[in-house]
Amino acid sequence: MPQLFRARANGIARLLVWGAPVLVLAVLAVSVMLPRSDFATGSGRALAQPVPFSHQHHVDGLGLDCRYCHDAVETSAFAGLPATEVCMTCHSQLWTEAEALAPVRASLASGEPLRWQRVNSLPDFTYFNHAIHVDKGVGCVTCHGPVEEMPLTWQAKPLTMGWCLECHRDPAPNLRPPDAVFRTDWTPPDDIHAVRAALMQELDIDPETMTDCYVCHR
Amino acid sequence: MSATADRSARRAALAALGQAGRDGRPWRSLDELDADTAARAVETAFPALADRAGATLDRRTLLKLMGASLAMAGLTACGEAEQIVPYVRQPENVVPGRPRFFATTLPSDGYGIGALVESHEGRPTKVEGNPDHPASRGATDAVMQAAVLALFDPERSRTPLHQGRPAGYAAFLAAVADLRRQRAAGTRRGLALIVEPTTSPTAKAQIAGLRQALPGLRVFVHDPLGTSAPGAALEAASGRALVPVPRLERASTLLSLDDDVLGEGPGRLAHARAFAAGRRVRRPGDAMNRLYAVESTPTITGAAADHRKAVPPDGVAAVARGLLALVDGGAAPDGLPVAPDWLAVLADDLRQAGDRALAMAGPHQTPAVHAAALALNARLGATGRTVAYIAPPDALEADGELADFCAAAEAGAFDAAFVLDTNPVHTAPADLDVPAALAAVDLVVHSGLHVDETARHADWHVPAAHPLESWSDLRAYDGTASPVQPLIRPLFDGRTQHEILAALAGDFESGPRALVRATWADRDEPAWQAALKAGVLPDTAAAAVAPPAARLPDVGGRPAPAAGGGLTLRFRADPFLRDGRNANSAWLQELPQPLTKLVWGNAALLSPATAARLGVDNGQMIAIAEGGRRIEAPVWTTPGQPDETVTLTLGHGRSHAGAVAALAAGYDAFRLRRTAAPWMARGAEVTPLGQTGRLITTQHHQAMEDRDVVRHATLAAFRDDPEVMHAGEPPPPDESLYPEWEYPHQAWGMAIDQTACIGCMACVAACQSENTIATVGPQESARGHEMHWLRIDRYYAGEPDDPLTLFQPVPCMHCEKAPCEPVCPVNATVHTHDGLNAQVYNRCIGTRYCSQNCPYKVRRFNFLDYQPFDPGEAGPQQAMRNPDVSVRSRGVMEKCTYCVQRISAARIDAKIDEREIADGAVVTACQQACPTQAITFGDLNDPQAAVVAEKDSPLDYALLAHLNTRPRTTYLGRLRNPNPRLAETGEGDGGHG
Repeated sequence: MPQLFRARANGIARLLVWGAPVLVLAVLAVSVMLPRSDFATGSGRALAQPVPFSHQHHVDGLGLDCRYCHDAVETSAFAGLPATEVCMTCHSQLWTEAEALAPVRASLASGEPLRWQRVNSLPDFTYFNHAIHVDKGVGCVTCHGPVEEMPLTWQAKPLTMGWCLECHRDPAPNLRPPDAVFRTDWTPPDDIHAVRAALMQELDIDPETMTDCYVCHR
Repeated sequence: MSATADRSARRAALAALGQAGRDGRPWRSLDELDADTAARAVETAFPALADRAGATLDRRTLLKLMGASLAMAGLTACGEAEQIVPYVRQPENVVPGRPRFFATTLPSDGYGIGALVESHEGRPTKVEGNPDHPASRGATDAVMQAAVLALFDPERSRTPLHQGRPAGYAAFLAAVADLRRQRAAGTRRGLALIVEPTTSPTAKAQIAGLRQALPGLRVFVHDPLGTSAPGAALEAASGRALVPVPRLERASTLLSLDDDVLGEGPGRLAHARAFAAGRRVRRPGDAMNRLYAVESTPTITGAAADHRKAVPPDGVAAVARGLLALVDGGAAPDGLPVAPDWLAVLADDLRQAGDRALAMAGPHQTPAVHAAALALNARLGATGRTVAYIAPPDALEADGELADFCAAAEAGAFDAAFVLDTNPVHTAPADLDVPAALAAVDLVVHSGLHVDETARHADWHVPAAHPLESWSDLRAYDGTASPVQPLIRPLFDGRTQHEILAALAGDFESGPRALVRATWADRDEPAWQAALKAGVLPDTAAAAVAPPAARLPDVGGRPAPAAGGGLTLRFRADPFLRDGRNANSAWLQELPQPLTKLVWGNAALLSPATAARLGVDNGQMIAIAEGGRRIEAPVWTTPGQPDETVTLTLGHGRSHAGAVAALAAGYDAFRLRRTAAPWMARGAEVTPLGQTGRLITTQHHQAMEDRDVVRHATLAAFRDDPEVMHAGEPPPPDESLYPEWEYPHQAWGMAIDQTACIGCMACVAACQSENTIATVGPQESARGHEMHWLRIDRYYAGEPDDPLTLFQPVPCMHCEKAPCEPVCPVNATVHTHDGLNAQVYNRCIGTRYCSQNCPYKVRRFNFLDYQPFDPGEAGPQQAMRNPDVSVRSRGVMEKCTYCVQRISAARIDAKIDEREIADGAVVTACQQACPTQAITFGDLNDPQAAVVAEKDSPLDYALLAHLNTRPRTTYLGRLRNPNPRLAETGEGDGGHG
């Protein structure tokens, strides 16, 4: 009776014996890492916009304050996006013929609003409030990244629940003095640890209540 | 809403499929055959479960359904990136993400009630009461809450129709211009204008102007809800058209002569507030008013009364006259429907109260009752003190009523008729043939929110603007005028009555704002702007006039029985659907009726004794015949209903109201109503029928099963023993296996005053609106799947013929030792640092363990996808959803959150301003709507908080305290203030449970 298995079968069997756990581990690793990856969170990807607006130019180049355009950021949950009129404050005088700004001029002329692609998008069941974060010393760039370096805006952080909770459990490392919240050129001073400890006291930040589910989900 | 209809049709088809699969199916064991026995046992024990027990899906259908939903779930992941659409020109004072509130006025049977409407970037989402408005005083009712749903109703009329075909509004204006030209040529017959009673000064001025400009114009008032009834009755009773403005807060002894003062009428919210203010007893020394009610059908006013007598509708006049005789020092005639002793004590009590007494006559009662009330108030010195009389704010110079129109039209008097914002084809008395009358008119123009029954008989139909889209003005019950301003531009190009009247007058240009502003031209622009901001036009309340002496017709003693016997009919407008105008509102259809707790339909109310005499049971159909007409209706036996009286509710059974109304069952009581007898009719014949009708109720248990669920006591008992609410209560357990929580910041809590609660259901509707709570439809309601986070339980105590009615609003108790929390396997129901039991929708996997373990049964489960959140499927209603609340999907548990979105908003504002959250900064939706301020909410850690003061009262008790759940929501026991001299009559006995 001939051999049922050839000698090669030993190799295949070994491969299966060793390969199966590796495969299981690989599947596990992918399923853990994929949802956290930039691919899934959309982090680091610039979106095409109706107007190729450059934060780099406006913030770093011209030195505009964040609040010039995002004017509701200190009072509302929504930071606010500038009305066409706000764009035209300057662009009725500057770059009045620029091809890239044609949609802005068309919007003002026709009354049809510009439709921007949302870059930093949270799920509908998550209620993020800009006003309270800004008021409690979380800088714009803490969550939005180096906006002043972005020719087209991209999402800088993963915006996953785990990422939010890191800060809600221990906010101190992400705090800055209130006068530095809107600054993109701020660098922590040497005594930042003491400053942050004082801020926690001063601004009445209580991490214990900041992880209650309803703080973000209603 | 058509999606709801589709879904229920699909469900019906599935159920039928399941049935077919069972029939003729092979059986596997004797036990399985015996399943019928089990089914019978289930049916006896749980009537609500019986129809569900059999409804099975076969495996294949289930797989198909699952496959479809999985495929769709896959599709949802392929969405595009969300867009942000900023303004082109941002309006002043708009901060995107922050709601704004606008003061306006909502119509209620022709009168106005002030409201503050929340607007999110131009979308009205929630109606709140306007504290500055005399008819609201900060409160709303359920119908006002549903205004946003009516606004976004996808079945609203969307385009003008000419002969049933879409046409432009310009074409309609051309037709009106044509009509005017022909009239100017003098070749035409009369022109009829049919409107409902209105208090709008602008409409009145326009109609008065039209009468001058168009000599052939005749104005007819169609009044299906009896808006003008009180004025007409007092005119008959005294010779002068007047309406009473009661001041309940000044009265200590109140008498309702069939007047549902807390539940009906344009001043109901203000009256309820004033009434409750007179019975806010917290300590034994506090004073309390006393209400006597003589009524012909159970109402919430009767339920709140300290003494209540049920008499037939035609017996009220005799009681009123007997009482007047007693107050005058005479003797009451024999044979009155109430005991003479009872009446004598009442007369004494009224005399004793003197000018602090108040007699109120039901608007639908006969002039004799109004005359008696007028005379009583005059004799007691109450006139001018607890009640003032004013000229009717809705007085309109008219040429007749609908009946006059029908007679004239059929005689060929009119070549054109304008039927504005009314639906006479459905709401006319049955002896008027409105379709025939309209057919005899060459050109019929109808305006309305829907293409309703009347629109189908009109040549032109013009979509009306919803009140939230309109400029107008309305007067409150006391004559105060207030502006109606739009929250949104007309969604479907609807037009206000003012625009159509202006077009008729030849003004095709003026917009509604200009028309209304012209009425108030005497006010300068700053004053007008201030009025728009406040929602009230100051100094417009009507001046009180001294009423003439009452003419007292002889009414005799007990009314003679009707020839040929028979029962007496009592008609009532549905508290929520009114005359049927709100029939397509799913919120109002699914809102349990205050006393019967019926939803999605109406019933004929009979007393237990009459039902027994007729041999009919709840749900059994009866035929009711009167005046040669006949309807069929299911029976609902109602404790406290007078014997031999059938109460019928108007507003149901509409033929062309829309897909939501089509889901409801109900009879149309208008088909039995006669012009001569709009509110009561005698000599009706009732025949029991064999079949059973569909009646759905949300509360099957009337009794408290020997538990102290609602505790109640008399004021005297409370004064004797302040701890009376806690009598017989076992000492509360103090040990618990549940974790100890500390509440270092806030500890939110609620107190509900059951003495103040009148069971009006406004809180439930407000909760539904604020928290985007789904409606589930009649089939799901019948299974007990309704989603209301807050319910009002209604209990009876005492004799079935003359019971004590108790209301208990039950939201989530937010227990400190919450049984729901430890049983959740996925930690979806958690305790927060301020003591809320938070429900995390995204964690919930739908085990329903929490609901099972909740002793108060306040958790609600989404058995189906009751509200789609796919924008394509959701339709225009999604615009009214509160953007601060998640929409819940199938398989998720939900419940009262104490309006956590409002807590969060207040907390964030306080934190930014670096202060503590002020007491009163968080007002829950139910608390805001409540006309009697029965609900108090606040921080239990704040010793100055109003809620702490409430809970400090010895009346405060916790529901099922022996379970040691330590609920944050507690109740103030219901106090009654019966006359000690009447305590022996069996209705005033103390004790609780």
